[in-house]
Amino acid sequence: MKKIESKHLLGLEKISKKDIETIIDVGFTFREVLERPIKKVPVLNGKNIVNLFFENSTRTKISFELAEKRLSADVTNFSASSSSVQKGETLKDTIQNIHVMKMDCVVMRHPVPGSCLQLTNYVDVPIVNAGDGTHEHPTQALLDMMSIKERFGKIEGLNIGIVGDILHSRVALSNIYGLIKMGANVKVCAPPHLLQRGIEKLGVSVCYDVDDLIDWADAINVLRIQRERMGIGLIPSTREYRTFFGITNERLARHKKELVIMHPGPINRGVEIDSEVADSDQAIILDQVLNGVAVRMSVLYLLLGSKDFE
Amino acid sequence: MSKRTLNSKGNILLKNGRIYDPFLLINEKSDLLISDGFIEEIKKDIKIKKDFDVIDCEGKIITNGFVDIHAHFREPGFEFKETLETGSTAAIHGGYTRVCTMPNTNPVIDTPELVKFIIDSSIDLPIYIHPIGAITKGQKGLELAEIGQMIQAGAVAISDDGLPLTNSQLMRYALEYSKKFGIPVINHAEDCCLVNQGTMHEGDVSLNLGLVGNPDISESTMIYRDLAIADYVGGSLHIPHVSSSKSLDVIKFFKEKGVNVSVEVTPHHLALTDKALQSYDTNAKVAPPIRSDIDRESIQNAVCSGLINCIATDHAPHSIVDKERDFNNASCGMIGLESAFGVTNKVLKDKKTVESIIDLFTINPCKIINIEPNLIMEKKLAELNIIDPNIKWEFKPSSIKSKSSNSPFVGEKLIGKVMMTINKGFCINNF
Repeated sequence: MKKIESKHLLGLEKISKKDIETIIDVGFTFREVLERPIKKVPVLNGKNIVNLFFENSTRTKISFELAEKRLSADVTNFSASSSSVQKGETLKDTIQNIHVMKMDCVVMRHPVPGSCLQLTNYVDVPIVNAGDGTHEHPTQALLDMMSIKERFGKIEGLNIGIVGDILHSRVALSNIYGLIKMGANVKVCAPPHLLQRGIEKLGVSVCYDVDDLIDWADAINVLRIQRERMGIGLIPSTREYRTFFGITNERLARHKKELVIMHPGPINRGVEIDSEVADSDQAIILDQVLNGVAVRMSVLYLLLGSKDFE
Repeated sequence: MSKRTLNSKGNILLKNGRIYDPFLLINEKSDLLISDGFIEEIKKDIKIKKDFDVIDCEGKIITNGFVDIHAHFREPGFEFKETLETGSTAAIHGGYTRVCTMPNTNPVIDTPELVKFIIDSSIDLPIYIHPIGAITKGQKGLELAEIGQMIQAGAVAISDDGLPLTNSQLMRYALEYSKKFGIPVINHAEDCCLVNQGTMHEGDVSLNLGLVGNPDISESTMIYRDLAIADYVGGSLHIPHVSSSKSLDVIKFFKEKGVNVSVEVTPHHLALTDKALQSYDTNAKVAPPIRSDIDRESIQNAVCSGLINCIATDHAPHSIVDKERDFNNASCGMIGLESAFGVTNKVLKDKKTVESIIDLFTINPCKIINIEPNLIMEKKLAELNIIDPNIKWEFKPSSIKSKSSNSPFVGEKLIGKVMMTINKGFCINNF
């Protein structure tokens, strides 16, 4: 059976290129499983996986849960609002309570960067990062890369643009680490104050003009504009954002080129992306969702599985 | 802790050491006899008598007790982190005989009665505690506290500790009013808006970790404001725990203009960079944050040039519950009293003489807060350290006397150690 070196999936900064390739390759195998009439394989029979969500999530949680069930694992869900954790129990206490119940793997989303790494100090089972604050969201980047590979047959050498609030985006950071490692060229485009200072050091180029990005890119990943960034002086209005950074019908029509459009969801139609664009053939947004289940199956299987599957 | 742990009669003969007292400008080899806690005799070749405990000080320096002008002993209010007693014990084990405690307790030290409480509580402790009073009532930054009466009661400086005085007019009043009492105003220099809830230095490491960065300009802009006010109205400004190269540029500019300003740096800002946070180690989370290589280099150079006057620990004990949290919610600060000399000396030993390193712990902080320790003279109560500047040792968790053990230096090899401290009739033997 295929193996990866990593014991956990904490992020794409530290993981090897070979592991990323393996995860994506196995992801395609599971994608095939998902097309079968019976979409379940018995590879994680008897394994307990806990989904520990300290932050609201609909899609990622459903996707992980489905992946776990398709692998025949037993699933336990734990949700806690981040505020209650701030007030009382420490992360260590929470996780030790869960750990004594003999879990085989923890999938965690947490509002604070580094929380998944900290978790590895407290428990000795594989940890999968389902998003740690503004740090990383590795399975999202893996599914994005899998979708790129599905469409283009490769990742290396492609020009991939990322547009939106890069500063607060874990999706962007994981995409940058992963894509650069896989040999893609990455350009980020955002209002200048929504970019990390010194982001060029990660190996990306920067532009402030979304038309330049469209001209340059083979595919662009359109980040969701978080409503909570409004009203605190970061984005003056959705209208203004759309004017300068929106992936609009008119803007794409001007460029007359093949451009693949991705979006991690959920979409704000009419803000960062127009409805017609999101629903067009050049958008692979729904493929991303399906690949999300497949790549999460791949990650869990590679971290926990002990036998081959057909 | 028992008094006079060496000998029931308390006769201690320090043989063959070098006595260095920068207050008296003494630096020479001599023996020193302590009897009943007092310095009985200082001269070469004191004859050994049978009831003496003899300490061979060959290759070691006998010098004044250390003075820390920035520490947190957490009492009253947070006794689960530290108490006046445990803090004092940690202090004397690090060679400190005098410690200035910050007022951020509960209640805040903002009245003469509370200043007196701290001083009275420390009478039987092995060190002298010099409280720092709050600038504003309740550290709220709204109105001046009873500064004059706190000074009368024994406070040596005023500070709102970790809460920067954001109201510039109030900062002006504090600097002006303090002129009457001749004490320094200590303001934690950070522009809270520029801090932007940053939890570490904004730079390459924060970029990788996805943590919100606190940029160096949050400090340098506030220091500029404070110095501009001090330049305009006079008064004495003391800048705590300077962390950035940009701030040092600002300080140099105003120092050259003749503004009455003094500057401290912590051992951790002197020794560490933001790389210490690469695995989200909350023990290295401090405010202001540990910054870049360039900042550390500038700080080391500024200590050598004298732009930075002294070392202060910012000893900040926190319980495991405060530190074993996610990075954003973990408390800021680390303990420092017991590792300060070893950390500082290790960094500076190839750049400065051991005497000038000792000055950073003794005469220089004393000048800032206008106190004089018991000098190394006959008939004085002994208040001194025996230092081995070359010994290598490990800062072990088992040796920590503080009630808390939050420090990234735990397990590190340090160079230079206070081997013995004698103060107020107590003798701590680390030989």
